[in-house]
Amino acid sequence: MQVTTQAFQRNAGAALHNPALQKALKNIKIGFVRKRAAAVAKLPEFEALREAGRELKNHVLDHLDFYLEQFETKVIESGGQVHWAQDAAEANQIVLEICQSVNARRVTKGKSMISEEIGLNDFLEAHGIRPVETDLGEYIIQLRHEHPSHIIAPAVHLNREQVADAFQAHHAPYGFTERREEPRALMDEARQVLRQQFLQAEVGITGANFCIAETGTTVIVTNEGNGDLTQILPKVHIALASIEKVVPTFEDVSLLLRLLARSATGQELSVYTTFSTGPRRAEDADGPEQFHVVLLDNGRSGMLGGEFQDMLRCIRCAACLNHCPVYGAIGGHAYGWVYPGPMGSVLTPQLIGIEVAGPLPNASTFCGRCEDVCPVHIPLPKMMRHWREQEFARHLIPMTTRFGLGLWAFVARNPKLYRLATNLGSWLLRRLAGGKGRIRSLPLARGWTAWRDLPVPQGRTFQQQWATRRENQS
Amino acid sequence: MPISPPRIGLFVTCLVDLFRPTVGFAAIKLLEEAGCVVEVPTQTCCGQPAYNSGDRATARSLAQQVIAAFEPLDYVVAPSGSCAGMIKQHYPPLFSNDPGWRARAERLSAKTFELTSFLTDVLGVEQVNASHPGTVTYHDSCSGLRELGIKTQPRRLLGTVEGVELREMEESEVCCGFGGTFCIKYPELSNRMVSDKAGHILATGADTVLAGDLGCLLNMAGKLQRDGATVQVRHVAEVLAGLTEVPAIGESEGDG
Repeated sequence: MQVTTQAFQRNAGAALHNPALQKALKNIKIGFVRKRAAAVAKLPEFEALREAGRELKNHVLDHLDFYLEQFETKVIESGGQVHWAQDAAEANQIVLEICQSVNARRVTKGKSMISEEIGLNDFLEAHGIRPVETDLGEYIIQLRHEHPSHIIAPAVHLNREQVADAFQAHHAPYGFTERREEPRALMDEARQVLRQQFLQAEVGITGANFCIAETGTTVIVTNEGNGDLTQILPKVHIALASIEKVVPTFEDVSLLLRLLARSATGQELSVYTTFSTGPRRAEDADGPEQFHVVLLDNGRSGMLGGEFQDMLRCIRCAACLNHCPVYGAIGGHAYGWVYPGPMGSVLTPQLIGIEVAGPLPNASTFCGRCEDVCPVHIPLPKMMRHWREQEFARHLIPMTTRFGLGLWAFVARNPKLYRLATNLGSWLLRRLAGGKGRIRSLPLARGWTAWRDLPVPQGRTFQQQWATRRENQS
Repeated sequence: MPISPPRIGLFVTCLVDLFRPTVGFAAIKLLEEAGCVVEVPTQTCCGQPAYNSGDRATARSLAQQVIAAFEPLDYVVAPSGSCAGMIKQHYPPLFSNDPGWRARAERLSAKTFELTSFLTDVLGVEQVNASHPGTVTYHDSCSGLRELGIKTQPRRLLGTVEGVELREMEESEVCCGFGGTFCIKYPELSNRMVSDKAGHILATGADTVLAGDLGCLLNMAGKLQRDGATVQVRHVAEVLAGLTEVPAIGESEGDG
């Protein structure tokens, strides 16, 4: 997908002035924030689970090689195959070759952010294979030639009318000529169209929320059941997972599942939690003939042992997006690549480079709400700050900013000079206000005064007044 | 509590120093009424603008300046959750490669507090001697709330101010959009956030909005006043100390 991270400022401005988007974003508060709060309030041990989740993921990251190899062994033992992909290009090639080996023309897909990360749909289409998204939200945005704006609710930026428009434009060939707007009717329509796709696809591709090392099992959570049909009906099932998705045992997965659904949607458990171990066995009623797992690194192993390792604890619940006031104001597309919100502002620079993703870790007030709701305690603000440190060290910030910061630092290191500067500043601002308590327009502070008045100093600085008071006392 | 009165180093904060000296004097009054001796060591800034801009070297040198100036005192108290949070939470890790300074940073961290937290949690103050007839609403500043756990402390003290009625706003814990340099780097986003905040403030019908950090207060005052709202904006310490004779933030004697 096209990377527009560098245009973040412009993207954000456009998002703020997009009435349909603004209307859709209001749903996040009701749909996610309140439901999460209610679910957490009902579970007294939630904080203890968060601690346990953090420790579990830390343990896995400290022994990642061991658990990945164990997982591979168990997948092979159960009749499946594991493919290791260093980067996006390798992962795409692996998937393509599997598809070509069974002469696939059509693949159905469950929701997978890894697929977005590697740009799989475009790649398959370029090689004559038609990918069909089967998660309702993913399906809608695929019809609209868009990318997800949210990691668990890909079409959260859209409203019902826009969905109706998309269906009307694309569903006539399937016999749906009448425009429908009622949610239930839209869902039924999508279901009927997708049912045909499920039956025709040769390959089904899903993501994996977890990969269980002790059994070689992949796990997906969905609320629509589309994932089950994607992986059971076609001849071949390919699960795409990044390497940090591995967890040691079923017991461990149950811990993370308890955290995941509550943090994501406020559910105690998602409607479907699907475990896949190997291809169909002789005694199985259904299932694929081939089971492949593609394990993607794409820069993640480079995060191990460094200041961004904690980011690999992420279980993709999206609580940080849902609670971020910046995400809530502009939605996900403004971030300009696959992963939006606070988790994206940390992960994106790692995956595509801080040179292009620089604006993202800066687009935060460090309000800390993301870290506060993160089910595995990822210190997101701290890691955004680490990116800013790299930008500063590598001279990636604007010269004017650097100069301003340097000048301020010089003054702040010299208390006497600082005193002079603040005395002068106080006097000047009060002069400019002309006896009023605030200034309506100040060319040097346009970013502020374009939207707000600037309150001016009350009078002489505290330090001046304190000095006077001390003199009078002595 | 030591027998002799505790010696407090007031960390005034650069915004209070420049924009709102009353807050500094309110803090001194509250601390002195609680039996403390207050000193104002030589100071400029805690270093947060540099720290959050990725300039660790400058942040470290400003932190060293603060540590050296304040370490002889019993406590450091700031009328700001943001600056207190910087000293308390962020100074020690700044010196992760320098054991000597790290130890000094940790000792300072342990005795640094935000004003309302120091009054209630450390000194055990249960009541203030002030009166402020009217309705107020309280904005929880992010650093104070999430780095220092300041939520009940200012409210408990406000509850003892004669005549005050506290009306909670929706989403009092959501950021106002100030964010230090954020409001300059992303002014339009910041504006959107403070517009939402202003809406929640006005919806309470309170005549005054209070908070514990001047950054948020300047931001909220600037927005409310640009929109023509008449709600007054003050630092919580002004009300707790009864120093509300002076015009509210962004107002002047001449405004009427």
